[in-house]
Amino acid sequence: MSKAIIELKNIKRNFKVGDEIVHALRGVSFTIHEGEFVTIMGTSGSGKSTLLNLLGCLDTPTSGEYFLDGVSVRTMGKNERARLRNHKIGFVFQSYNLLAKTTAVENVELPLMYNARISAAERKEHAINALIAVGLGDRLMHKSNQMSGGQMQRVAIARALVNDPAVILADEATGNLDTRTSFEILVLFQKLHAEGRTIIFVTHNPEIAQYSSRNIVLRDGQIKEDKVNENILSAAEALAALPVPIED
Amino acid sequence: MNGTNLFKIALRALSNNKMRAFLTMLGIIIGVASVITMLAIGQGSKKSIQAQIAEMGSNMIMIHPGADMRGGVRQDPSAMQTLKLEDFYNIRDEGKYISAVSPSVNSSGQLIYGANNAPSTIYGVSQDYLTIRQLSVEDGEMFTDQDIQTSAKVCIVGKTVVDNLFPNGGDPIGKVIRFNSIPFRIIGVLKSKGYNSMGMDQDDVILAPYTTIMKRILAVTYLQGINCSAITEDMTDQAIEDITSILRRNHKLKEDATDDFTIRSQQELSSMMNSTTDLMTILLACIAGISLVVGGIGIMNIMYVSVTERTREIGLRMSVGARSIDILSQFLIEAILISVTGGIIGVIIGVGASFIVKYVAHWPIFIQSWSVMLSFVVCTVTGIFFGWYPAKKAAALDPIEAIRYE
Ligand SMILES: Nc1ncnc2c1ncn2[C@@H]1O[C@H](COP(=O)(O)OP(=O)(O)O)[C@@H](O)[C@H]1O
Ligand SMILES: [Mg+2]
Repeated sequence: MSKAIIELKNIKRNFKVGDEIVHALRGVSFTIHEGEFVTIMGTSGSGKSTLLNLLGCLDTPTSGEYFLDGVSVRTMGKNERARLRNHKIGFVFQSYNLLAKTTAVENVELPLMYNARISAAERKEHAINALIAVGLGDRLMHKSNQMSGGQMQRVAIARALVNDPAVILADEATGNLDTRTSFEILVLFQKLHAEGRTIIFVTHNPEIAQYSSRNIVLRDGQIKEDKVNENILSAAEALAALPVPIED
Repeated sequence: MNGTNLFKIALRALSNNKMRAFLTMLGIIIGVASVITMLAIGQGSKKSIQAQIAEMGSNMIMIHPGADMRGGVRQDPSAMQTLKLEDFYNIRDEGKYISAVSPSVNSSGQLIYGANNAPSTIYGVSQDYLTIRQLSVEDGEMFTDQDIQTSAKVCIVGKTVVDNLFPNGGDPIGKVIRFNSIPFRIIGVLKSKGYNSMGMDQDDVILAPYTTIMKRILAVTYLQGINCSAITEDMTDQAIEDITSILRRNHKLKEDATDDFTIRSQQELSSMMNSTTDLMTILLACIAGISLVVGGIGIMNIMYVSVTERTREIGLRMSVGARSIDILSQFLIEAILISVTGGIIGVIIGVGASFIVKYVAHWPIFIQSWSVMLSFVVCTVTGIFFGWYPAKKAAALDPIEAIRYE
């Protein structure tokens, strides 16, 4: 068995809303190993985003233990967690979250700007390589407002790749895209998986689970199902089978 | 995190949002420029009025016969004869705070030289008059004590008199001109002072020993006035008190009698004028203050709004590994760049506008370094503070709160 990248032990996350306490996560435990492509599914409000934010060190659990690449996150300070995000995590948001009016290269360079050990030349080289890897080698100088949704999400994925993270976290990464573009993004994720990357992909679309190596289903902040997918479908084939769009 | 990267981050953020940067800068530019221009106008008019008063003479004290006329009461003609030569001698010999003193008598008449003539006024004074009125003899010499003792028929003339009587040029020194029917030999020409700020020709003067005017022209024993210079401006009040007691003693005035002379000072005039210009400066300072406040609020708003709309950006930056200190440094660098650049442009425009006012509207302006400093510092500090403060609040948020900010 390859090494464990993520270990969760009885993670709980409560939110205080006025006088009430919302239990978004009620004790979640699992281990994810290097090279897995995990989809996390569940209905809206089941706690998927809360879980992913905790995994991405954007949020801290109310209780429970979280080890990322063997390091305990719970005891870390704010700045250490920022460093961890910078070095170990690539996050892809549903709404892309690119810097406005900024070129693809500059957007992808962003995480490396906060890493003093990387020189300007290396930074640019890594960014260009990441953009080539997501198929945007010919769009390097395009600004964020000059790109389509699919292209923007590719830039966001390149940004998540550029620091060579231990895990890529995607929250409804295809949620804002049409079916065809969604499959194109999915093809990209499968390609990254094939290259040996660890991916956690949150979605409420049950279909997508067929293209991942493992599927975790959340309900009311608890794990309802955790199954390894023996028969991974090819997103590229599914894309080819889609009816050709009339326009374009 | 190193400084070069932070600087680069801030520069990229600015250059990718030039419009926002420009609008923020605009508030600072307007604030700085308007304050500099307003204060330049206010200080300029104050200075020009001060100059008008200063050119009259040095710390002048003017003594006239007769009680203070400001009440409007008509006085007996004999009241106008209360100042005597005795008073002049006593003030000259006993006055403690006085650097120069000269009697003053004058007579208007016609000046004649050959075929040329011009109306003028001849002033009978002593040598000290030059000091008091800040005059100097350019060619020839001033008359002497000897001339005063002998009531010599000599005179010193101003440039305008020379021009009127000697239109074809030629050295006026040694020439004998006539005032009405009395001949005067010109022994000196005054250095030109030009027109004063009221538009009066200061070179249209002719000075002669006071004894000559009193005996040979007016045939009087009283003086029309005495002019003095206080040693310093601050001594003016003491000098007036001193002169008052000398004159009251000479005139044998009883304890409860009112003065039979009037003393005015340049300082009195200057403080009267100053209070008027001060009022105007206060008014302009108020307008400038309002522009500063409006500019400040503008800066505050744009900075605040831009940070609010940039909270998501802050969240994103934190999600890819920026620490709070990195965010704060970035916003501080941006705010400093914008504010200082805006401040410098504001100074340039403010100074430029002041000169436009000077050359187009012909108003006197005076740019003081403190007003430039003040407006520059106030606006840039406001800009930097309101760039930094909301960023500090945003940087304190959790990344996830910031990124979801609507
Ligand atoms: N910041 C928050 N404050 C209060 N309640 C929250 C917050 N974030 C999430 N929740 C609550 O936690 C639950 C899970 O939310 P979320 O993880 O966003 O669900 P999902 O992404 O699966 O739709 C929901 O009931 C939601 O209302
Ligand atoms: Mg969600």
